[in-house]
Amino acid sequence: MTLETIKSEIETKVPGCVLEIVPNPSPSAQHSLRIDPAHAVAIATFLRDSEDLRFDYCSNVTGIDWPDKEISEKVKVKQIVDGVEKEVEEVRKSHTIGYLEVVYHLFSMEKKHGPVILRMRTEDRAEQVHLPSLTPVWQSAEFQEREIFDLYGVIFDGHPDLRRILMWDGFKDHPMRKDYVEPDDYEYEPTAHDEVLERARQHRTVMGAQ
Amino acid sequence: MSTVTEPARIYPASPADTGESQLLELSMGPQHPSTHGVFRMDVVLDGERVMKLKPVFGYLHRNHEKIAEHETYLGSMPYTDRLDYICSLTNNWAYALAVEKLAGIQVPERAEYIRVITAEMTRFLNHSALIGFLTQDMGASGTPLMYAFRERETILDLFESLTGARMMCNYMRFGGCRVDLPAGWLDQARKFVATLPRFMDEFERLLASNEILMARTQGVGVMSKELAVNAGVTGPILRASGVNYDLRKVDKYGIYDRFAFKIPLGEHGDTYDRYMIRMLEMRESVKILNQALKDIPEGPIIDPKTKIRGFRPKPGEAYGRIEAPKGELGFYLVSDGTANPYRYRVRSSCLVNLTVLEQLCIGHNVADVVVILGSIDIVMGEVDR
Repeated sequence: MTLETIKSEIETKVPGCVLEIVPNPSPSAQHSLRIDPAHAVAIATFLRDSEDLRFDYCSNVTGIDWPDKEISEKVKVKQIVDGVEKEVEEVRKSHTIGYLEVVYHLFSMEKKHGPVILRMRTEDRAEQVHLPSLTPVWQSAEFQEREIFDLYGVIFDGHPDLRRILMWDGFKDHPMRKDYVEPDDYEYEPTAHDEVLERARQHRTVMGAQ
Repeated sequence: MSTVTEPARIYPASPADTGESQLLELSMGPQHPSTHGVFRMDVVLDGERVMKLKPVFGYLHRNHEKIAEHETYLGSMPYTDRLDYICSLTNNWAYALAVEKLAGIQVPERAEYIRVITAEMTRFLNHSALIGFLTQDMGASGTPLMYAFRERETILDLFESLTGARMMCNYMRFGGCRVDLPAGWLDQARKFVATLPRFMDEFERLLASNEILMARTQGVGVMSKELAVNAGVTGPILRASGVNYDLRKVDKYGIYDRFAFKIPLGEHGDTYDRYMIRMLEMRESVKILNQALKDIPEGPIIDPKTKIRGFRPKPGEAYGRIEAPKGELGFYLVSDGTANPYRYRVRSSCLVNLTVLEQLCIGHNVADVVVILGSIDIVMGEVDR
């Protein structure tokens, strides 16, 4: 069964959902399906329970961080310089808002097919980092979603037990994010992260460095 | 339409309400031989009975995935040894397979055979060591574990002469293996594999109908098919619950479609079945080993055109998975065209298999927790990464 037929089947069964096929140019050709968070649980339940799909096994849940990007493009613009029209190169900067992405790899133990890859994206990286949890559909996502909450800071709504799993409870930051800065004073871990940085900053001032 | 049960934890009613007994909160671990590494369980007990159990881990967390994002693709290969440090060769294979999928690399036939031979030996040593540890957890001090370790040492000697290391093998490469088999290695391996059926008989005679083993394991920690599938449990403990799902048959990765072997299935899904499945899988591994050692052809072990240095796969992503001794071990790689992976994810079978620990333990005695945990077979290097 191709991803296109699965997509159209979901569209008929889950009205109002927004789906998009994300192509994968690598030789593996594992294309994925981007789903909208609002209908995620309905889509997941359909994929699990549908008679001919039966994706009863959610193998892998991955978080990916895509930071904000500044793209500068060189565009040729026609301008009137000294009364003569000329082509002038202009640098245009555009700013794309980054997001956090969660990827689910689904297989079917009953039908022995797969994978179908689902992706969900948050709106940005700071404020709107809520995504629906798929743990009520597949319990195998429980620890893996906790791990993504821990390491990426995605808040899974509807997760039964959303706590830090690998880092300790008092830890503040999310280490797998691309812009994570390590504390420069490992001696004092596990004290609170910001306190260590502040102490290190004061230390530098006292020592006469910057 | 739905036949699958929604995952829900049903906790027994608290006896504290009746005023008859008090609940005791106990911290098991993290430093104890029975926890198989630095692993802790917060257990709520009513007398001896487990009411609630929360696994706590992360003591061995070193953020392997973040380290890999700053490494080249090949640079992560030695780190994969440290995931499940008992089975480094299958870890190597899973990672190599994911990269081969990502870049579209073919593997020569001889290398595929070497991979199968080393992987099945790894499966054998993992299962025999696990049964040893399991009986150790039940209080059989030493004897079965020493029997298991005797065979394990011979396999590790073979690994050492092949790869240079007993446990941290770092042997597979993208598109093949690092070095060819040393002279006489195949004969040595054949001679050793020929002794394995005798060891299996002996090991089975020692344990399979042992009264204490049966009393401690039969009917303990029963896992239903539905729970096992929904919780993403893989490997021997899934098949002990009667679900026929083995990636060697399903995905037929490598050359597994060339060998005749069976997938043993359990009936009850209890701890005894989980023990027995491993005994049976070891016998199947011996079958595969015999066939592979007979058929292995001459030829190159790596495609000479494969780029080792400056390896930059095209942008894209790939998920590769194999049937590691403990379950599905997968690697999910996202490439942005540079020499370092943009995202490197380890789908750890041990971590996901732990999801069911609480459901298996609830209602049993606290001494059974140790046995159930032992039968799940975790290695903290892979749980914490």
